[in-house]
Amino acid sequence: MTILEFARGPMLHFALAVFVLGVIWRIVTILFLGFKRYHSEPRNGLVKSLIGGMTVTGSRSWPHKEFIGRTGAGEAIGYGYHIGLFIIVLLGTPHVVFWKNLFGVSAGWWPTLPGGVVHVLSILTVTLLLIVLIRRISHPVLRRLSNFDDYFSWFITFTVMVTGVMAVFGLGGRYETILAWHIISFNVLLIWFPFGKLMHAFFIFPTRAVVGYLQSRKGAAT
Amino acid sequence: MSTTTQTYSTASVDMPDESRQAHAMKSFAQDFGAVSALQIEACIHCGMCADACHYFLATEDPKYTPILKVEPFKQAYKRESSAFAPFYRLLGLKKEVSADELQEWQELLFDSCNMCGRCSLICPMGIDIATLIENARRAMFEAGLAPDELYQRAREQADSGQPEKSEEGYSDRIAAIGREHGIDIPIDRDSAEVLACVPRTDLEQYPEAVVALAKTLKHLGADYTFRSESLVAENYGYYAGSRDWQRKISMRIIDQAREIGAKLVLVPECGHAYTALRWQAAELAGEELPFRVRHVTEFLAEQVADGRLRLNQVDDEATAFHDPCQLVRKGGVMDAPRTLMRELGVNLEELPNKKGFSFCCAGGGGVNDIERARPLRYRAQELKLREVDGTGAKRFLTSCSDCRLAFTDASEHFDWDKRPESLLELVAANIKE
Ligand code: SF4
Ligand code: SF4
Repeated sequence: MTILEFARGPMLHFALAVFVLGVIWRIVTILFLGFKRYHSEPRNGLVKSLIGGMTVTGSRSWPHKEFIGRTGAGEAIGYGYHIGLFIIVLLGTPHVVFWKNLFGVSAGWWPTLPGGVVHVLSILTVTLLLIVLIRRISHPVLRRLSNFDDYFSWFITFTVMVTGVMAVFGLGGRYETILAWHIISFNVLLIWFPFGKLMHAFFIFPTRAVVGYLQSRKGAAT
Repeated sequence: MSTTTQTYSTASVDMPDESRQAHAMKSFAQDFGAVSALQIEACIHCGMCADACHYFLATEDPKYTPILKVEPFKQAYKRESSAFAPFYRLLGLKKEVSADELQEWQELLFDSCNMCGRCSLICPMGIDIATLIENARRAMFEAGLAPDELYQRAREQADSGQPEKSEEGYSDRIAAIGREHGIDIPIDRDSAEVLACVPRTDLEQYPEAVVALAKTLKHLGADYTFRSESLVAENYGYYAGSRDWQRKISMRIIDQAREIGAKLVLVPECGHAYTALRWQAAELAGEELPFRVRHVTEFLAEQVADGRLRLNQVDDEATAFHDPCQLVRKGGVMDAPRTLMRELGVNLEELPNKKGFSFCCAGGGGVNDIERARPLRYRAQELKLREVDGTGAKRFLTSCSDCRLAFTDASEHFDWDKRPESLLELVAANIKE
């Protein structure tokens, strides 16, 4: 078995299993803690509060005008690399082929982007990820808050991106070897996913919805 | 981290370090439902919450980052009770919280946090950081690490109903205020539709506000009473982080309201009293309350809407209004103060950060009572005073006596050209007979 076969064979399957089971476990253990019943007289009824929760789920994606002056740059960088990652993963031709093979489905209608566009996006995303790291190290608040999870999650995301770029541009050695490292790093990302902050992908919308609901129940600011 | 003059609550000086840690962590995990856990898990360490907090904005010191205030508790939760607790322990990813660390955090959780909730509005993940801080305060209390001023007042209030011993009992004091101002203030009536209470701050500092409340209720012909058993509106148990004392203090008011058959508990101009009574009392009592709880501005705005209260127009002096955090941002009393100001014809110059986004007075959450916090409080307050100056306002109104106290102190300290005034007093002075 070559390293590439190993990466996209047993290791990938193992990583996917850890990812799926880990994510489910992390969510289930939270749900097991249970939800309280609230006794205070609500200002807004159930429907209005639920709509409030749903609204916050979307509205918190854009900073309030009172804050945007201070947080705009951070938000822009964050949006930048997230959008870059999503486009590359979902619309880059090699990735679309990979997903089709993995899940055994062929969706002819699924669009792909021209290679040139994806290449430019990849370089931009790598650059933004470097800026993210520089900010984390140099910004006093971020430096103070950061822990192993923050740096390792960054590192593994960055490694996946860089090995992908190297594979596409034929840098750093044989294509198969670099591709294998690209997939191995992706597998490590999958394995790490349920344990650290990457889980925010699953937490972001429920958190906004629940807190938005509770605030709306009180008629408080969201 | 600055050293503090009195680190332990008086009653817990001899508590061993291990007990402190155990108490703190047990308490933090105690009411950990899915909602809190989800929020603890969701943080991505983006640091944006710092940009909402007046303590960070005033000092640019990263230790005042809101989520950092709960960081030891977050780590402890992940280490002890989260989905992968054994994994975190095995790899040493979340270190154990030490008693020293907890002590350091006292300043962060009490002296430099008003539980104002502004940070909760900026978080892109939607985390309600202020509520997590409230949980952490409770944990600190259990570890004997609540600031002693708050601890003492909470204990005294839980025992006697008054946060501080005074030669003249509070019911004598309120009766005296009535006599001095020639207004009848009903106390200890056996039954009434409305149970009123009063901020301790007003009894001591702003008796005119007590008179204004009595005058307005008299004009409306309200069937109300104060009760000497439950006079004080503030809840020091809430400030200190004591769930038991907070409950006990709230139960005094609940029991008195039940006893007289009140349909309404009227919260005076006090923001934290509103949070404690309107939103938390029923949760601590574990049942729905048989009466409504309303802030005095809500109550009066309802009277205006129903045509029972009509007000004269005031002068056209430019006026700024401070939205008390607990009433507006956290409590949902968004429109009532503005309804009253409209009715009064107040020439309102809105602050750039208004309503839900208002900067805190920096005295809330018990900070007014923590003497050593004063220099830091002034720094945080400067932001607000500059903002008010920027509107060109000559009059500065608010609807919370704790905010008023904080601003009165700051205006003396900075020799500011304005003094905070009470919206209720303005209403009472302009009732159309
Ligand atoms: S609740 Fe208010 S004072 Fe406390 S950390 Fe948040 S913004 Fe700062
Ligand atoms: S803004 Fe929210 S996600 Fe960001 S560090 Fe603060 S609490 Fe965490």
